Amino acid sequence: MIRKEAKLIGRLDDPKIPRKPTRDGYGQGVVEAARKDQNVVVVCADLTDSTRNADFKKTFPERFVQVGVHEQFLAAGGAGLALAGKIPFITSYAMFCPGRAWEMVRTNICLNDANVKIVGSHAGVSVGPDGATHQAIEDIAILRPIPNIVIVSPCDAIEAEKATLAIAAWKGPCYLRLAREKTPVFTTEESPFEIGKAAMLRTGKDVAIVACGPLVHDALLAAEELAEEGLDAMVINSHTIKPLDEKAILHAAETCEAIVTVEEHQITGGLGGAVAEYLSKVRPTIQEFIGVPNVFGESGEPAELLRHFGMDVPAIKRAAKKAHKRKTHR
Amino acid sequence: MAHLSDKRIKELELVANTLRRHVIEMVAHAGSGHQGGPLGMADVFAALYFHALNHDPKNPDWEDRDRLILSNGHTCPIRYAAMAEAGYFPVDELMTLRRLGTRLQGHPERHKLPGTETTSGPLGAGLAQAVGMAYAGKMDGKKWRVYCQTSDGEHEAGLHWEAMLFAGKNRLDNLVCIVDRNDIQIDGRTEDIMPLEPLRAKYEAFNWHVLECDGNDVSAVVDALHAARSLFDKPICLITHNVPGKGVSYMENNFLWHSQPFKPGEAEAAVAELKAYREKLEAELVELL
Repeated sequence: MIRKEAKLIGRLDDPKIPRKPTRDGYGQGVVEAARKDQNVVVVCADLTDSTRNADFKKTFPERFVQVGVHEQFLAAGGAGLALAGKIPFITSYAMFCPGRAWEMVRTNICLNDANVKIVGSHAGVSVGPDGATHQAIEDIAILRPIPNIVIVSPCDAIEAEKATLAIAAWKGPCYLRLAREKTPVFTTEESPFEIGKAAMLRTGKDVAIVACGPLVHDALLAAEELAEEGLDAMVINSHTIKPLDEKAILHAAETCEAIVTVEEHQITGGLGGAVAEYLSKVRPTIQEFIGVPNVFGESGEPAELLRHFGMDVPAIKRAAKKAHKRKTHR
Repeated sequence: MAHLSDKRIKELELVANTLRRHVIEMVAHAGSGHQGGPLGMADVFAALYFHALNHDPKNPDWEDRDRLILSNGHTCPIRYAAMAEAGYFPVDELMTLRRLGTRLQGHPERHKLPGTETTSGPLGAGLAQAVGMAYAGKMDGKKWRVYCQTSDGEHEAGLHWEAMLFAGKNRLDNLVCIVDRNDIQIDGRTEDIMPLEPLRAKYEAFNWHVLECDGNDVSAVVDALHAARSLFDKPICLITHNVPGKGVSYMENNFLWHSQPFKPGEAEAAVAELKAYREKLEAELVELL
């Protein structure tokens, strides 16, 4: 059942549930972070409005830096700002930073352990009609092998705001993965958030669904429907992909002995991979992977695309049943 | 106009000679590394570390220090040699270059060696970081300046031009980009691989001041670095025309000495030539006293 301590909203399947993009939560959070610390600066690459930095620009014009369509410079210049004491939030679409700027992220930011906050918006296939060129579904995979970096994929706008404040206070490189589309706001101001500490949202014993990003809501909906069908699913919001909350993952494996990972990202190299790499060392566990199956995205409406690539509620339910069946037939 | 006495210039020439000898001995001892670029840049590094930079070798993180970014990180033997001679670390440590556990990595690493400012090596990324630092310095009204040593070959990287555009737009006159214009890169001569000329006009078109000098004339380098301090409203590019391999006649202007390993006897011959030149410099210095 849904844990009270998770402090979620009352009715998760309310059709009138408020919807807001996670990037909006960042936009509010970064203004707040700047009020708390005068070293916070925002660097934009010609995408000020769509990365939700317009409020920051208006509130702190002297701390707003426009670099134009220069994503490599965004990352390398950001490293320079950090090495001189600033806390730069370098912002673009995830496809371009970290995407285009990967080597600068790796060498200039992470190898330097520079205190840069990389904000990648428009991650996932939910960018929708823009198509494959703009759908970043490899960003987690390209960052996970890099030492020093923290990777956070918040589940809704409220969590994104908390995550923004948390990474501003964190010493070292961080990546904040954001989405363009409006998605349900189902956590509350009271919901706990801590970098590196996964949130147990629903207890269960038959199968554990470990999810990140806005699909956490879909995972919860799937779990509630599965309960009606007699399958008791645990749901974990693994918002921090690196460092992975190994304690929470091990607990899920020990309790349920079957795992489904859920992410709007390539199956290769993402949250699912991180969970599998860890569990294979300490407690090999049956696992099903929800994510993009080694194909590029394409144009379409976000909901259509999630269905098309097998990342919607029915797909999560199917995966949960399959994992459970594999466990019982072992 | 000469900003330093003949005696002081001669002393800097002697420093450059010492740095060259360290470069040869370090790279020979390590068994790999780069010689041509560092030898060509020895006079610039003597001028920087022993004249132009406002720094404190005993306090490398001093907040008000001038920042020197070595963008062409592969030329680090010259930086390490200058840092050791300036007192950042013992000269003996130079012989640990490229060995397991050393602070003197094959390409410089900020966390390993205080005073290196940034980790560098992958070409084209140094100016961008220097620009970020210079911008932060301007935001905070700081007086320190940022020097970024670059190679000519790395000007082929697109990121460098992104940084040039941004610096020009923001009039970062606390920034000096020094170009080691030695006309060579790994595969041959820059003008054959990918022509950069007219380099001066390109910088000027990007809203930069441009100074040029003979980079192997310490006096000219000192004057140019001094002139750079009195230029305002735009970032400054200092193109130093350097002879790659300078000081070792068999290496001079031969692009193969970008980084080829020494054969037996070659390093010894180089050291002998540098020693002979040192004796000449010392005799000239005595005459000035």
